[in-house]
Amino acid sequence: MKAVLFGATKGMGRSLARQLAARGDQLFLLGRDRDDLERSAADIGIRGSGSEVGFAVCDLEDSATFAAALDAADAKLGGFDTVIVTAGLFATQDALEADIALAERLLRVDFTNTVIFCEHARKRLLARGGGVLCVFTSVAGDRGRKPVAIYGAAKAGLSRYLEALDHKFRSQGLATIDVKPGFVKTGMTAGLKPPPFAGEPDAVAARVIRAIEKRQPLVYAPFPWRWVMLAIRCLPRFVMRRIGF
Amino acid sequence: MTTRHREVGSVEEGKPPGGAPAESLWGWGRHPVVAARELRGEDLEKIAGRGVLSRGLGRSYGDASLPPPGATALGSRLADRILSFDPESGELHAEAGLSLTEINRIFWPRLFSSPILPGTQQITLGGMVAADVHAKNHHVDGTFGRHVRRLRLALASGEIVWCSRQEERELFLATLGGMGLTGHILEVVVGLQRIPSAWIYAETERINDLGVFLRGLKEAARDWPFTMGWIDCLKRGKGMGRGILYRGRWATAGEAPAKAPKPKKRIRVPIDFPSSLLNKASIGLFNFGVYHSHVPRLKRGVQHPEDFFHPLDKIQDWNRCYGKAGFTQYQCVVPEPDDARAFLELLTRLGAASFLCVIKDCGEEGDGLLSFPKRGTSIAVDIPVRRDTPEVVRKLNELVIPAGGRVYLAKDTFTTAADFRAMEPRLGAFLAARRRYDPEGRLKSLLSQRLFGDAP
Repeated sequence: MKAVLFGATKGMGRSLARQLAARGDQLFLLGRDRDDLERSAADIGIRGSGSEVGFAVCDLEDSATFAAALDAADAKLGGFDTVIVTAGLFATQDALEADIALAERLLRVDFTNTVIFCEHARKRLLARGGGVLCVFTSVAGDRGRKPVAIYGAAKAGLSRYLEALDHKFRSQGLATIDVKPGFVKTGMTAGLKPPPFAGEPDAVAARVIRAIEKRQPLVYAPFPWRWVMLAIRCLPRFVMRRIGF
Repeated sequence: MTTRHREVGSVEEGKPPGGAPAESLWGWGRHPVVAARELRGEDLEKIAGRGVLSRGLGRSYGDASLPPPGATALGSRLADRILSFDPESGELHAEAGLSLTEINRIFWPRLFSSPILPGTQQITLGGMVAADVHAKNHHVDGTFGRHVRRLRLALASGEIVWCSRQEERELFLATLGGMGLTGHILEVVVGLQRIPSAWIYAETERINDLGVFLRGLKEAARDWPFTMGWIDCLKRGKGMGRGILYRGRWATAGEAPAKAPKPKKRIRVPIDFPSSLLNKASIGLFNFGVYHSHVPRLKRGVQHPEDFFHPLDKIQDWNRCYGKAGFTQYQCVVPEPDDARAFLELLTRLGAASFLCVIKDCGEEGDGLLSFPKRGTSIAVDIPVRRDTPEVVRKLNELVIPAGGRVYLAKDTFTTAADFRAMEPRLGAFLAARRRYDPEGRLKSLLSQRLFGDAP
């Protein structure tokens, strides 16, 4: 696999990159902080087969950086076949309600700009006969829920887009995979109290790699969240209105 | 759920022991438990100002990794990137949260090993520096600090500094064994050792007498890089100090299996055992079993390195066997063999029952200002926490202090400030370094409040 990873310096993306590198896959990293990218590229290179891991600065807040970064990845990898997006922004509902500018930024990063990045990636993949586009959304988008009204809305919109992409382009060889992580213990969720079924990033990564191999369009990870979210999706509105979840 | 994830320590996973509030921290001994939080992040430098102490996987037994009540500790376990590795010299540069489990998994197959492999691999590089850990090869290779070349620290002031034996030497030496109280350790540069294979050639021998045992340890130290002993410390009278002596070395390429050893699976302990389950009868039975099942008297052969170095890791949460009340480990080093004998006699007399009594002859003292081992015999015993435990520890210290011995801070929970002062002539130098690099006393732990007079 020749994979571009956007957001692999931290959390689940980091675990995923390490596991892919250990299998011998060729990787290229995108992220917004050059120093951070350099450190992660070193880490992943040493843990993997030893081949050098390339990187380019690409900022999800600035769509003008997308095309050049993907071109750099293409040049270094000699044509990538997989694009994995774990980058995104998270903030609690309280913080987003208190700061409209933050809410606007989060919606732009997690929805608009992620979609635009995927458009850039999709066109390149389709031009070479397809591949895999794997994007991390969230279980927060499965229902309208009080604690994730804004974040969840952005992720829900992204999930709809990914589903449509998969319907539209799978016959042309492009598999689009929507990964919906439940609560995973990473730096992003470090201040929050882990609920039951909280998972480890390495377990999520292992599951995502299997999904990519099987070109499975929708993945809940860790595994129990598939059933947790099935139950949540079945709850009637009047119940959702009453519970704090 | 299928998990193939790295085993990070499960120290504060699950419910807090003894019905403590959800937001609380504890060490491996599950006593004490403190109402405080751990802030984890990938970028330690960014969050360094928000914690009074760094902690890795929380494997120190007592209060060394615990911030004072209400304070925040920085959890380093997510900061685990390898920044460079030189396959010629073996020099490894990594972030402080990288675990020994990962180092073993990545570097054993490449025929490099951490120079020091303590009883558990669920520890971080930062923790190995802060406790200046030692292992079965102390008589040859000293402590971890001997192999550390440079450290990158975030001082209490927020300043980021590199230190080594050449630059900021005082800070460097105070940080080796300094229990995290000199600054937040961000990055570690350490020399890994080249090994002929990633397997161990070991000899284990059943020995029925303490005198023979202590002599055996000394003799083994001449020919073997790895030595240690396990002693049945419930056995009194004739046969006191009976146990099993372990000697080992890295197997040669010819002796070892062709394939590198695979990381081992772990068994979990799903519940807290009732505290009453571990008593003299059950531990006596366990010890009897371990001793007498070692047949023939002398066994030799090639072993998985995890079985040899980290046998306790096989059971993931074995600390739960001691129940809700928790346990402490008393580990001391005493210079003279006679004092080691007197210590074991006192321990047997006090009836401080223990699964584990581990004995090891130590080599030269390290240059870390509070580094634990020094020439002599080190003895470690697990003691369940009961009402009389502080008194048991006091009596043991009463023997250790006049013998010129001292205790290991990574294990200690109950030693008093006065006793520690009496056993540690280097304390003044350490405290002076601490004052110099943290004049306002911002960095602190429950341990520093207990032993170094930090205001609560």
